[in-house]
This record gives sequence, C-alpha cells and structure tokens, in this order.
Amino acid sequence: MFVTFVEQTSLREFHMPVVRAEGLQKRFGEVKALCGVDFEVEAGTVLGVLGPNGAGKTTSVRILTTLLRPDGGRAFIDGIDVTEKPWRVRARIGLTGQYAAVDERLTARENLELVGRFFRMSKGTAKVRAGELLSGLDLDDAGDRVVKGFSGGMRRRLDIAMSLVARPKVLFLDEPTTGLDPRSRLGMWDLIDALVAQGTTTVLTTQYLEEADRLADHVVVVDRGSVIARGKPAELKADLGGDRVYVTLAPDAGRHVGDVITALGELAVPSGRIETADGELNVAVRSGTTTPQVVHALDAAGIAALDVRIERPTLDDVFLELTGHSASDNDDMEGAVR
Amino acid sequence: MTAVLETQAVTAEEPGGGAKWMLRDWRNEAGRHLRAMPRNLDILIFALMQPIMFVLLFKFVFGGSISVPGYDNYDQYLMPGIFAQTVVFNSSFTGVGLAEDMSKGFVDRLRSLPIFQSAVLVGRTLSDFVRNCLTFLVMLAVSFALGFRFEGGVWRGVAATLLLLAFSYSFGWISALIGISVKSVEAANSAGFIWMFPVTFISSAFVSTETMPDWLQPIADANPFTIATNAARALYNGQDPGNDVWLTLAWAVGITAGFSYLALRKFNSFSR
Repeated sequence: MFVTFVEQTSLREFHMPVVRAEGLQKRFGEVKALCGVDFEVEAGTVLGVLGPNGAGKTTSVRILTTLLRPDGGRAFIDGIDVTEKPWRVRARIGLTGQYAAVDERLTARENLELVGRFFRMSKGTAKVRAGELLSGLDLDDAGDRVVKGFSGGMRRRLDIAMSLVARPKVLFLDEPTTGLDPRSRLGMWDLIDALVAQGTTTVLTTQYLEEADRLADHVVVVDRGSVIARGKPAELKADLGGDRVYVTLAPDAGRHVGDVITALGELAVPSGRIETADGELNVAVRSGTTTPQVVHALDAAGIAALDVRIERPTLDDVFLELTGHSASDNDDMEGAVR
Repeated sequence: MTAVLETQAVTAEEPGGGAKWMLRDWRNEAGRHLRAMPRNLDILIFALMQPIMFVLLFKFVFGGSISVPGYDNYDQYLMPGIFAQTVVFNSSFTGVGLAEDMSKGFVDRLRSLPIFQSAVLVGRTLSDFVRNCLTFLVMLAVSFALGFRFEGGVWRGVAATLLLLAFSYSFGWISALIGISVKSVEAANSAGFIWMFPVTFISSAFVSTETMPDWLQPIADANPFTIATNAARALYNGQDPGNDVWLTLAWAVGITAGFSYLALRKFNSFSR
C-alpha cells in the first residue's frame, strides 16, 4: 500500500496558503519573463500553472524554489520569504524539474539515499526511506539497477521519489509529463493523483490542458508573463458557455433542427447557437446534461437518432478563447531563458 | 513505522550546524561521483590512454632527436613533463562534469536542497582529485616499466608526485569556473581543454626552454606550469629544486584560492 510521503496537514494550517506569490517580476535582458504574477495555494490542494512554452511557468517555479531571485515582488513558502530564508524554504519543498534530475550513473536506491543523506538523515534512516519510496512508487524491482537503463517514465518516477524523501510541505512538479509517451503519462497522472489524495500541497506546471483539468483543484493560466485567468477548471470551462450536444439524425428521419430543439425542451439553452455540419446537429444544452437524458427526450418525441454525444469545452478551448492562440503554437523563449 | 517517524525533523532549519555539516555535504557530493567512477571505466581508460600515447610518441618518435642539456637519458627529463601535463589535462574533466550536471538539471536539484551550496563545486573537485591520484599511479607504473626511476629516492619521488597533484587540483578550480560559465557540455569540453595546449607546451615539459625563440623563452620560464614541472623533475631526479617547490605550492594555493572564490561567486550568482 501507499505509505505516507508528506507532512500531514494539521488543522492549524488549514486554509492558510502554503504557497504565495505576490507580484513576481523577472526580466532576462530584454525579455520580460514575468510581469507581476500572483497566486496562492492552500494546504492540501493542487494548483495547475497552465501556459505555453515561454509563458513564465518555469521562471515562477524557479523563484518559488529559491533557484532564482525575483526582480520584483515576493514569494513565500509556508510563510517564509524565499529570498530571505532560502535554506528554510529548501527544507520544506520538493522539486521535480523539467529534466529528470537523477544521477544516471547510480542506482535508484543510491539516488534516494543520497538525498536522504543530504537531508541529514542517518545512513539507516536514509536506507529505510529509500526502501519505502521505491516500493511506494513501483520501483522495487528496479531499485538496484543503474538509472542509465531506465525508461523515461521510470526516471520521472524516481525524480519524484527524490523530491519526496524529506516529506516536503510543498511539491513542485515542473512539466512532469513533458516528453513522456502516452502510457507513461497516464501512469504519472495516477501517481500524482495518489500523492494528492494524501494531501500533498502541489504546484504543477503544464502545457497540457488535459493535465491541469485532470489533476488541479485550481488553475492559473499564464501567458507572456502574466496571469490571464484563474479559477477552478470547471469554472473556467463554464465561462465559455456550457456544454453542447451533437445529434446525428437517421437520413430518413424526415426531422430537422426545430424538432430536436422542441424534443429537448428544457435541456436546450434558449439562446444557444444551433449549428449543423456534416448532417450533425449541434445544440447548446444546459451544463451537466447527460447523454441518457438527451436520448430519452429524443425517444419520447419519436426522433430516430444514429448518434448522440455531449461535448464539454476543454481547457484548450478556454485557452484559445483567452489568448487568441492555441496552447501549442507558441514554441519559443523558455529554452532561451534557462 | 517508527523508522518512518524518525525521518521527520532531521533537516537543519538554518544554514550551518557548523563546519562538520559542511564537510559532510562536501563528502556526500564527492561520494556521489566516486561511487559512479568504477561504473564508468571508459572515462578512466581514456584519461589514461592519452598520457600513455604521449609517453610512447615522445620517447620513440621525438626522443631520438631531442636532447636536453644535463640529461643523458631523455626519459628522466620527459616523464615528469608528461605527468604534469596529464594531471593538468585531466583537470578539464571537472568543468565538463559540472556542465553535464547543470545541463541535466542535477545542479538544480542540489541547489533546491538545504545543503551548503559549495558542495556542488567542492565535491566535484575533490572527487576529480581522487581520480587524478589513481591516474597518476597507473602512469607511474607504465613509466617504471619503460625504465623511469625515482633517481632522488622514494620520498622525493612521492613528494614530487604530491606536488603535481596539488598543482593539478588548483587547475581543477579553473576548469570548474569554465564549466559553470559556458552554456553547454560541448563548450565546456572545448573551452576547458583548448587553453591547456599553450600552457603545457610553452613550458619546459618536453624540451628545455633555452631552445625556444628569445621572445618566447621568458614566457615559458614564467609559466607556473614550467615551475611545477621543474620542481617535480628536480625532485624525481635528485637535483636541487631551488625555490621551485615553494613557488609551485604558492601557485597552487593562489590559483585554488582565486579561482574557487570566482567559481563560488559565479555559482551563487545563478540565483540572481
């Protein structure tokens, strides 16, 4: 079973932001990487920092993890200013950066024990902790193998395990699934889910909207160094105007859009646009409408449909709406701003 | 589960805890590299091939036409030069290793831990020093097989060896500064190596500086690498090294102090 990896959140700390960024600014030469980024993360929740390459996600994380000083603004971890007491902050965080930062010449176990020793554990304690993490992260069999032969997914797991050695109060995951194949990505999501279920306060950056949607309690959308939207994933999506139902009518049904709207009755949104494409009707419906409800309504009206499906807006749609460009068509800068 | 609970609260709240913990951080980081060393024998082997190749080339290709005043046997003159050049060349691995750890994000991992940040640089230079010692032992064995001898006795031979190792340690810090200042591993590789050619060749390592053009000779004579080589050569051959031993130590201490200061300052500036 899953052993505990993190400091349990005590009642005292509940509802106190564990991470706070206040007006963070950072400039690299001519490039303004951050122009006043604010956000908070409450204990036991996951914040998804969402944005394309070069948006400033990594820069924000690097400031919060003491790797970089902000030019302006302040950042706190557990109430401690990151620039004033970096050592104390480092004692409270775990960082898994964009590259799997593991020593590939060592075994997985040696990597974990090394971190434990750096956290001033005794040899015995570091060994026990390494064992716990190896079995907790399904690396038992690979524990004594040299990391060089590990797959990308295994490296990431080990990387996360190394961030968990000292039971951090906050876990920073900077693009944890970038470069992973789809199967490893799903595995990584399950792992993050499990960590979150234990109440790990997590800051997760990603350029995958699906990922933020799936893992984050709150999302800040960052573009060109500024937060352009924030909220729960569901709220952001709701702002875009609800769900849509797609109905494909049988060719000989002899019915049309008006009939379908009438049949849907209260389910349809009165002002919702009605669109048709490729013989498929597309009607805006109330948020939360289910496929069986639609099927039932059409059946009751005697309308023969070949296919019915409901689509909810993805964060991708949100992103497009907010920025006018898709999350993936903006592949610059971040590399240059290392 | 008791062991699990014990793992809480071991972390230092403040930098420090004193020199004891700093030394432990250094040792942990050096240990990381030393542990990996036997698993990367290829690096060690290549580090050894170059000096062996140089020994053979200089001995058999140039040896016949190079004669050095005061030496009947060119080997006794040449070998200390090769030793010195090899340990200095090997110090370029320090920068390459650091650049590699930086590009792979491992340095970021270390920097996000509550440890003495100097461990990243000190640990690397120390582990490379240990590797240099091993390289030296192998080189000595090869040179002995080819007829080289400690003409000045065992202790002077040991002293000469330690002197060259100390000198090379200081060059490790130059290499460290280069390694953390360049943008890529490739750049660290070439930038860390290229300047060593003039430094080791415009010197007394292979020929007497008296054979060089008038304008070059003073440069070669002032070259700390020449001084280190002369000091070691005198000790190996039982001659009077004059002030060269002390001058070499002064250079080693000076370069170490100066470049460790610059490298650590550069390293700390990453968080700006």
